[in-house]
Amino acid sequence: MPKTEKTTLRRDTWRRLFSYLKRSLPILVLTILLSAAAVILSLYIPILCGRAIDCMTGAGEVDFDGIADCLVRIGVCACLCGILQWVMNSLNNRMTYRVVCDVRRDAFDTLTHLPLSYVDSHPHGGTVSRVIADVDQFADGLLLGFTQFFTGIATIVCTLVFMLTISPLITLAVVVLTPLSLFVASFIAKKTYDMFRLQSDTRSELTAQINEVVGGQPVVRAFSREKDCLDQFDEINGRLEKCSLRAIFFSSITNPSTRFINNVVYAAVALTGALTVISGGMTVGGLTSFLAYANQYTKPFNEISGVITELQNALACAERIFTLIDEEREPADREGAVLLDGAKGEIRAEHVDFSYVPERDLIRDFNLTVHPGQRVAIVGPTGCGKTTIINLLMRFYDVNAGVIRAEGHDLRDIVRESLHGAYGMVLQDTWMLRGTVRDNIAMGREATDEEIVAAAKAAHAHSFIRRLPDGYDTVISDDGGVLSAGQRQLLCIARVMLAIPPMLILDEATSSIDTRTEMKIQNAFATLMQGRTSFIVAHRLSTIREADIILVMNAGRIVESGTHEELLARGGFYSVLWGSQFENVS
Amino acid sequence: MRNLFFNLKQYTLESILGPLFKLLEAMFELFVPLVVADIVDRGIGAGDRSFVVSRFLLLIALGVIGIVCSITAQYFAAKASVGCAAALRRSLYDHIQKLSFSDLDRIGVPTLITRLTGDLNTVQNGLNLALRLLLRSPFVVFGAMIMAFTIDARAALIFLAAIVILAAVVFGIMLGSVPAYKKVQEELDSLTGTTRENLTGARVIRAFGMERGEREKFASHNDALYRRQLFAGRISALMNPLTFVILNGGIILLLYTSGVRVSEGGLTVGQTVALYNYMTQILVELVKFANLIISISKAVSCMKRVDEVLRTEPAMRFPDADPREDPTAPAVEFRNVTLSYNGGDPALTDLSFKVGHGETVGIIGGTGSGKSSLAALIPRFYDVTDGEVLVDGVNVKDYPAKTLRDKIGYVLQRASLFKGTIRSNLLWGGDADGEALDAAITSAQAADVILSKEDGLDSAVEQNGRNFSGGQRQRLTIARALVRRPEILILDDSASALDFATDAALRKELAGLDYKPATVIISQRTASIRHADKIVVLDDGAVAGIGTHDALLKTCSVYREIYESQYGKED
Repeated sequence: MPKTEKTTLRRDTWRRLFSYLKRSLPILVLTILLSAAAVILSLYIPILCGRAIDCMTGAGEVDFDGIADCLVRIGVCACLCGILQWVMNSLNNRMTYRVVCDVRRDAFDTLTHLPLSYVDSHPHGGTVSRVIADVDQFADGLLLGFTQFFTGIATIVCTLVFMLTISPLITLAVVVLTPLSLFVASFIAKKTYDMFRLQSDTRSELTAQINEVVGGQPVVRAFSREKDCLDQFDEINGRLEKCSLRAIFFSSITNPSTRFINNVVYAAVALTGALTVISGGMTVGGLTSFLAYANQYTKPFNEISGVITELQNALACAERIFTLIDEEREPADREGAVLLDGAKGEIRAEHVDFSYVPERDLIRDFNLTVHPGQRVAIVGPTGCGKTTIINLLMRFYDVNAGVIRAEGHDLRDIVRESLHGAYGMVLQDTWMLRGTVRDNIAMGREATDEEIVAAAKAAHAHSFIRRLPDGYDTVISDDGGVLSAGQRQLLCIARVMLAIPPMLILDEATSSIDTRTEMKIQNAFATLMQGRTSFIVAHRLSTIREADIILVMNAGRIVESGTHEELLARGGFYSVLWGSQFENVS
Repeated sequence: MRNLFFNLKQYTLESILGPLFKLLEAMFELFVPLVVADIVDRGIGAGDRSFVVSRFLLLIALGVIGIVCSITAQYFAAKASVGCAAALRRSLYDHIQKLSFSDLDRIGVPTLITRLTGDLNTVQNGLNLALRLLLRSPFVVFGAMIMAFTIDARAALIFLAAIVILAAVVFGIMLGSVPAYKKVQEELDSLTGTTRENLTGARVIRAFGMERGEREKFASHNDALYRRQLFAGRISALMNPLTFVILNGGIILLLYTSGVRVSEGGLTVGQTVALYNYMTQILVELVKFANLIISISKAVSCMKRVDEVLRTEPAMRFPDADPREDPTAPAVEFRNVTLSYNGGDPALTDLSFKVGHGETVGIIGGTGSGKSSLAALIPRFYDVTDGEVLVDGVNVKDYPAKTLRDKIGYVLQRASLFKGTIRSNLLWGGDADGEALDAAITSAQAADVILSKEDGLDSAVEQNGRNFSGGQRQRLTIARALVRRPEILILDDSASALDFATDAALRKELAGLDYKPATVIISQRTASIRHADKIVVLDDGAVAGIGTHDALLKTCSVYREIYESQYGKED
């Protein structure tokens, strides 16, 4: 990315960030003021302690009034500072979590409006981590980091001022020496960066090997390859051990080194301070305050250097989130879009062109007329792009040219939700909602228990649901958990049985169900399809024969269409597919 | 924990020297306030400049000793923790490969992977921290107190009180916030779930018009998260202010008492300065210590989970010596076999049939009828609950694992390849020259898969073979099984991703193999098995019929129903 573009992106990111902060701007200003006040109060305490110590010169020579005065002040300062810190922390939390909440809400809002093409072409894990991990990191780094950064700077400045009031000379010693610890820390970080990268690369390599071998144990054992796999593991594990040791050891030098520099600074302050006291330029109490400062002074430097990397990281996270939020959404319903009420099921495709990527056109000049109640079968070898047709019918994707009409309306002129509502869909991918069996049949609709049970019965799912531990209230986890693929498919069918929409899409709806159960469901489907336009993707040719129109697809394209008899008579791809089913081995 | 200490034993020296050097460093650090006290009392008090310089040099020396000790300690700690974690990882990996499949099923593959990766990393970090700090922090805290006692017992009592109160507050807040943060994490997990759901289920959610509901669901979890974060934040926001106030309270008391003691002549000004310095050291170390306890307790619970897997004894034993086979016996025989997984309802019930040498047997049945379970018994992936499985007349339990499995070419339902090249994957089947490889590839209908790749046999295969389509993987796994020219060939629904034409060609090739393996073909399609010498029809784990296609059509109603459901009645 060219530099100028990058900087504008950065600037945009900041601007976006401030738009989220606008609501809490007074709080932001207040926290900054509070933290400055808290810093000053906390730094005043070592001076008071020094003064108290100066009140003690020797046996019998203790100024108790002076001490009492100092101690009262310390008490007040400490309490005030504590309260300020607490208020500041609380406000800060409130502000940070509010922004996180808002950003997440917006990100999710975009997510539910993303076109399917985005969802299909971007790894889901990446998008999930935008909404979850990146938002957290951004909040931690940018907001907490910002206040930490500010407190750090305030501490450094105030410490400097306080030290200068005691002794400019010793202050100079401190100021010259402390940056050393910063240098050392950043030097080590730079040197160990490559080691850490090597470590994380090796670690992913090992994880991949573990995934493959543990997941593939049946094959590993069938071919007696346990030893070979262990050898391969040992080799990677050995490399990981070596590079981990280097990375961990060298990075762990940082703390002792900075501590050493602190100690040198401390010693230098003790030396110059003591000499100054002897020559009468300072009191013992002053020296004590100074030593306390010398201890504190380097801390914010180390913190700030940590905060800066975190800030950069957070900014990168923020950029990624805003890119997601700004992602182009599915086009909104056009003005005056019609509601598809009481659809009869007439579908017409006129000169449709479509491709997922411009370089590879898939569907060209596709024409199709489906009358209400007709049955359309889509056939072809696995992976031939049968789902493309469904994507177009449901308007998950828009056509590149031509038009698809439902009841005479261009799909793009129909309110999307009402178009989706006109279809009942059972997909090959039996996706389950996290929730109960009941939720998964109702799918957001209001339905009585009787209706749900009736739908389950129609889908031949009632008997297995009853046998589940909690019946209709059994919770289904992300991956379907307790349910077999076939049982999940039956639930998907029950969903459609509940809704009974005017049009049906069945994408290999019975692929995981054995053929005998399928026959029983087919009866239910037959009743369902009566008088409804239906699109059936199927691999069992027997179910296709009765279709009114058969679309034959291969390698993403529609190669033939017609009725069973017409297609057999043509002797094309369909007749080859049909014939191979019966070919004998002899 | 026993496993941890067992593996740590190899690093006994490192795990003693690490903490020891850390202690040394802490000890030298504790001397610093005493030296400063000396500077004040003897240097400044007597106006002795050269004494001040000598003490300055002592401070520098202490610093140098400190850095040397702590770097040494870091090295030993890193070495012991990294080495111990690597050894643990290896023994866990080795152990997993020895566990029986019923154990693997029970524990679950994703869990095992987490144990090997994330959990062991946490253990490594925890161990490293423990070796470095577990002794150091308490030592500094109590060391400071003891030093205070050597200076002045009365003043030191304040230390005791301050340590007790500070420790109570620090640990109280940290432990108190743990459940609150756990709740935050739970809510975050459900947000993650909803987000993932809306990506994986985008089609279904939109088809059913559930977007608005999903947005509301997300918003309510998001709000709940906000409230829980605020609550958790409120607890931990107390930490800094409270400890700050307590510490300063301690300092106030200390200065007052010191004033009294100095006035009595029991304490010098320098010693007061030293006491003040010790007091400020305590807090930093206590906070470090509390953080350490949290990391260590995380590591301990990870280690416990790892231990659980390591403690699982492999449920299956294999003999070492090859048994005497009976050349007249059938290649595979099931005698009254019953199988139930982990004590559940039987997946197979009283199953008996034989597969003769060179014979082809088809197994057919609906989903969940037990077909794959049957196949997995032949290479002894599971032990039968009742009855016997015999290979060449010998019970499979009497074979060493390798001898038994080398006889079998097993093509699993899930076609998985491993990272490497096509060649390296095929060679899993056994050593084979180019000609033998080609023959296996041709029979498996995989020639065009290899032609379609630029580097032919040496084309790279990515992890899990994800750069191949399902059908390509299936054919390559068949080729892999054929490379070993097995005595017994098992095809578990291995042609499901192949179109009918390829499937038919494959069957033709398999029937013509010159080494005539005993072949078991499992399928849902009658087309794939109708020409087998014998067909076993399974229904709910029990035999519904055995015979040829024609005989079964007449006698077996289950078979007839399956057949008719695929071909229609009029055929």
